[in-house]
Amino acid sequence: MAAVNPVTGAIAGLQKWIHDRAPGLDAAYRKHVSEYMAPKNFNTWYFFGSLALLVLVNQIVTGIFLTMHYKPSAAEAFQSVEYIMRDVDWGWLIRYMHSTGASFFFIVVFLHMFRALIYGSYQKPRELVWVIGVAIFLVLMAEAFLGYVLPWGQMSFWGAQVITSLFGAIPFVGESLVEWIRGDYVIADATLNRFFALHVIALPLVLLLLVVLHLGALHEVGSNNPDGIDIKKLKDANGKPLDGIPFHPYYTIKDLFGAGFFLTLFFFVVFFAPLFGGKFLEYDNFVPANPMVTPEHIKPVWYFTPYYAMLRAVPDKLGGVIVMGAAVLILFVLPWLDRAPVRSYRYRPLASKLILAGFVVAFVYLGYAGYQPASPGLTLLAQIATVYYFAFFIFMPWWSKLGHFKPVPERVTMHD
Amino acid sequence: MAEQAVDEGRRRFLTVTTAVVGAGGAAAAAVPFLASLLPSERAQAAGAPVTVDVSRLEAGGILREQWRGRPVWIVRRTPEQLAALEGLNSRLRDPNSDVTDQQPAYARNLHRSIKPEFLVLVGICTHLGCSPLFEPEIRPQPFASDWKGGFFCPCHGSTFDMAGRVFAGVPAPANLAVPPYRFDDEQRITIGLDPEQGAA
Repeated sequence: MAAVNPVTGAIAGLQKWIHDRAPGLDAAYRKHVSEYMAPKNFNTWYFFGSLALLVLVNQIVTGIFLTMHYKPSAAEAFQSVEYIMRDVDWGWLIRYMHSTGASFFFIVVFLHMFRALIYGSYQKPRELVWVIGVAIFLVLMAEAFLGYVLPWGQMSFWGAQVITSLFGAIPFVGESLVEWIRGDYVIADATLNRFFALHVIALPLVLLLLVVLHLGALHEVGSNNPDGIDIKKLKDANGKPLDGIPFHPYYTIKDLFGAGFFLTLFFFVVFFAPLFGGKFLEYDNFVPANPMVTPEHIKPVWYFTPYYAMLRAVPDKLGGVIVMGAAVLILFVLPWLDRAPVRSYRYRPLASKLILAGFVVAFVYLGYAGYQPASPGLTLLAQIATVYYFAFFIFMPWWSKLGHFKPVPERVTMHD
Repeated sequence: MAEQAVDEGRRRFLTVTTAVVGAGGAAAAAVPFLASLLPSERAQAAGAPVTVDVSRLEAGGILREQWRGRPVWIVRRTPEQLAALEGLNSRLRDPNSDVTDQQPAYARNLHRSIKPEFLVLVGICTHLGCSPLFEPEIRPQPFASDWKGGFFCPCHGSTFDMAGRVFAGVPAPANLAVPPYRFDDEQRITIGLDPEQGAA
């Protein structure tokens, strides 16, 4: 018998020791990584799931280090952020990674959701994956808003003022609810302190739990693919899908490449354009919070502007709040609105593709309109875009099944 | 030992009562946590009245003071600005200040103030809480071609006249609030006290 290398021997021994006590770990690794059979025709759109996870890790790690220097009080918050930027070694890098990460999180998540939209990934049996995903989106929006308040600049303060006032539109309990949320009669020290607590511990815990559920639900039903074909229908003699390949090593390697590409773009922004022309960090937020003066042009960060434009498009307080909330909540029921006989838009009629393209145009226009100062012409177009946004969903049960659908092939198609 | 028959009714009763008592306990335990988020005693105690000398305020000018953490404006209106108020009624949402929460009874009149000349307002838009801009000049504005002077909220485009009355067709649902205030003498206004309350 050949001599056993003492190092590999010790590792093998430790593995066996753990396996004897927790045999489920091996099974979990096989189920979720080494034997998770993913369709072999994933394209570029399929990078965004793993990239979202990468940004989440970035936010958690940089966030932990920021809390070590940041002071969550109205008197000290603004100064402590400037202290991080100027006096803490590498503090500027950690803070810009966090602030740039917030915007990239939304870029990645918007593209990830769009991927699901064009390939019908929310359709049966993946409704739960989609619903949990929308919940993640909702929590992410709350998390981003709370984080934006923490530097306690003018935009932090007045953004918090506007967003908390939204709850005041609720009949009867609105005003009391706003006081309860703020912990004071105005946005004040108490508000900042609790937003800090929610931002650094409460919502991240919820977010992590939801991400685990999102992946768990996905791995129960398996990944969709650009053709929208169920790869479990055709299996080889061993019961493995003919069009499936193990997640590891195939997609771990592919995602690693995606991560490298992504980080190149990400750090280009971090190093050379961290404010991104006032879009990632607004200029007015470099002015300390002043409860007496609202900035001339108050607007949310870019990822909220589509919804902000809808709020502004409705000339009624309660109505605007309802429209804005409904715009996000309607995403939850998408799986039950789509009645198309196929998943992927590759095999849908031209009319459906055009309707979807119109939706993209409306959403992007709303994002643009929400960024501009209010003007009558802009408001009219924003109203039209808002109507289109809702019509897209409300009439989906009808338009989604009209027209001539192309036949879906038996096997996935490769375009390489 | 004889095997006892399962008493299903007893088991159901115990399950239900345990669940109900448990839910009651959880609800009771939630109260302190939820109530801890309400404005604290210290926050409630803050907010003493503020006295302002208005003799330095010229006609058409504005003073911005802070009361209970909010901006409070004192505007000294010109006769032209006061005269313009009457013609606006048809374009306003609440010209007669019928929403009584938005001003004390002594400010429920055309000019929404104790003395017509002096307007005292909480400078927070009734829409989503921005602080509107003071646009006193009677001249065309980008947001209104026949502007008679008043306040414009840059956040969502709400407009108010020189008495803080909201125009129809804007997002803000109500007139700007008039805080309780009184004249101590000809020169001084105290914000936070009603006229009938004793000397400060």
